Amino acid sequence: MRIEARNLSFSVRGKTLLQDVSLAVQPGETLALVGPNGSGKSTLMRLLSGLAKPSNGEVLLADQPLASLTRREIAQRIAIVEQQADTAERITARSVVELGRTPWLSALKPWSSEDTQMVDKALHTVDMEGFARREWATLSGGERQRLHIARALAQRPGLLLLDEPTNHLDIHHQLSILNCIRNLQVTTVVALHDLNQALTCDRVAVLSHGRLVAIGAPGEALDPETVSGIFGIKARWVRDGEGADPFLSFQLA
Amino acid sequence: MSAAAAVAWQGFRGACLALPVLAAAVLAGAMIGETALAPDLVLSVLANKLAGAGLPVDPVDQGIIWSYRLPRALVAAACGAALAVAGVVLQALLRNALADPYILGISAGASTGAVAVTIAGLGGGALSLSFGAFNGALLAFGFVAILARAAGAGGSRAAAAQIVLAGIAGSQLFNALTAFIIAKSANADQARGIMFWLMGNLSGVRWPDVWLAVPLALAGWVTCRFHARALDAFTFGSDSAASLGIPVRRVQVVLIFATALMTAVMVSIVGSIGFVGLVIPHAARFLVGPGHRRLMPAAALTGAVFLIAADIVSRIIIPGQVLPIGVVTALIGAPSFAVILVRGQRTAR
Repeated sequence: MRIEARNLSFSVRGKTLLQDVSLAVQPGETLALVGPNGSGKSTLMRLLSGLAKPSNGEVLLADQPLASLTRREIAQRIAIVEQQADTAERITARSVVELGRTPWLSALKPWSSEDTQMVDKALHTVDMEGFARREWATLSGGERQRLHIARALAQRPGLLLLDEPTNHLDIHHQLSILNCIRNLQVTTVVALHDLNQALTCDRVAVLSHGRLVAIGAPGEALDPETVSGIFGIKARWVRDGEGADPFLSFQLA
Repeated sequence: MSAAAAVAWQGFRGACLALPVLAAAVLAGAMIGETALAPDLVLSVLANKLAGAGLPVDPVDQGIIWSYRLPRALVAAACGAALAVAGVVLQALLRNALADPYILGISAGASTGAVAVTIAGLGGGALSLSFGAFNGALLAFGFVAILARAAGAGGSRAAAAQIVLAGIAGSQLFNALTAFIIAKSANADQARGIMFWLMGNLSGVRWPDVWLAVPLALAGWVTCRFHARALDAFTFGSDSAASLGIPVRRVQVVLIFATALMTAVMVSIVGSIGFVGLVIPHAARFLVGPGHRRLMPAAALTGAVFLIAADIVSRIIIPGQVLPIGVVTALIGAPSFAVILVRGQRTAR
């Protein structure tokens, strides 16, 4: 599902968090969002998902203004995985994923076997079938994050928004989650801190001080000069002896 | 069987399970007391009054059962169910295990309203204690809501804490006002009477109270049960609920207003009864799990039965004297709450 941001600005109490950002994500594409802390990644995510209303500009989802859709209609199209969504409820892994069916259910359309199948499939996609009966409190950070992704998939969205899904995870879980995301047949926008992980996405958008400073193929958008300027470091391309794709290496400027 | 029929069947099965338990509790409430009365006597009175059966029953017994014990048991059931459901809703919306109707300052406001009418003579005798309590409750809730809003409660995790803090501030303020009015205007007898009422008292309950409490508890329950799935969606906070398609602001307003109304009316009839709204939701969650579609009926039933039982205990524990029901609920509630807290901690680890 195509999503387009037109001249998005967002300010809160006179402080501008995002200024004049325009970008479009094509159906099936995976766009990485990178930038220093406070550069506006999460704000842009919230605007794209309709959780916050832009001060200026608009978001178009499949050429329809997001503002013209109800919360439920948006939830049937967009799923979002937030940073560190936690709960103290003694809820099972499976019921977390079942929450994803909420936007499709109503008094007239109660839970059906079809919903059960979609939950099964989502659990399978993130490789968490064996954990279905486990309680939330007993799960590790990586398992919880995978459940959040499964919950988002159970929503059957046309667009998936992920805000730093690999935060606080060990390297094995980081790679497995990124792999899982790349293999999804869904349009995805993912905010990432690790620039080398961003390199594996279809395109990369770079934010700095609430502005979009670069967008394009990973190799171009994450050009060492841009990266060095924005993060205040020294970046350069490195190639290892195995002849794989080059990656970025960093040191303090 | 179609999906809608399956849901209807589930509801029917639930009612078949719940109603006999509730009926048994009400029957016990009508039987047990200073003079114990046999179950067939209670049923005869019911047959006489409801179906005009004309069975021979001692008019004194009939009076005790029909005019005192039955309305009392029914109001206790309605009140217990309403407070428990209010607790479930507030704990889910505020994502705070310690939230209950009292945390919003509603009970403190009701007390202030009651003493303002009965002791300070507000309204010149034209207003009833219940009316004063009801308005005091809504006033206090309004104060707490405005304070929470001014403190920047938007819907985030911090906002849930804000409304609890605002509730504590509101409770303190209205409790102080109550103490001020009592100290300034009450004589010793009035002070004793009002302290008794403040701790919860079902002695004055008659049929008109039933006609207010039972329909309101039912309407409140239906409203909250209707929002069960929305409350489930609040598991990971209000942003998460919004991203699952829940109109967060509307749900919050409807449900908080419903709980405030239920609590205000119940408190205006029976005074403050603590711990029901706090402990019963936890007990029900322990029995049927955190999903609100099962939790809502379970909490209502547990609350109703619990309060009928507490009322029976309050009538018989000291021979010849009635204990305020709030004392009974607190004596049972506080230790049970401690047990729940400790158990919860253990299993969380």
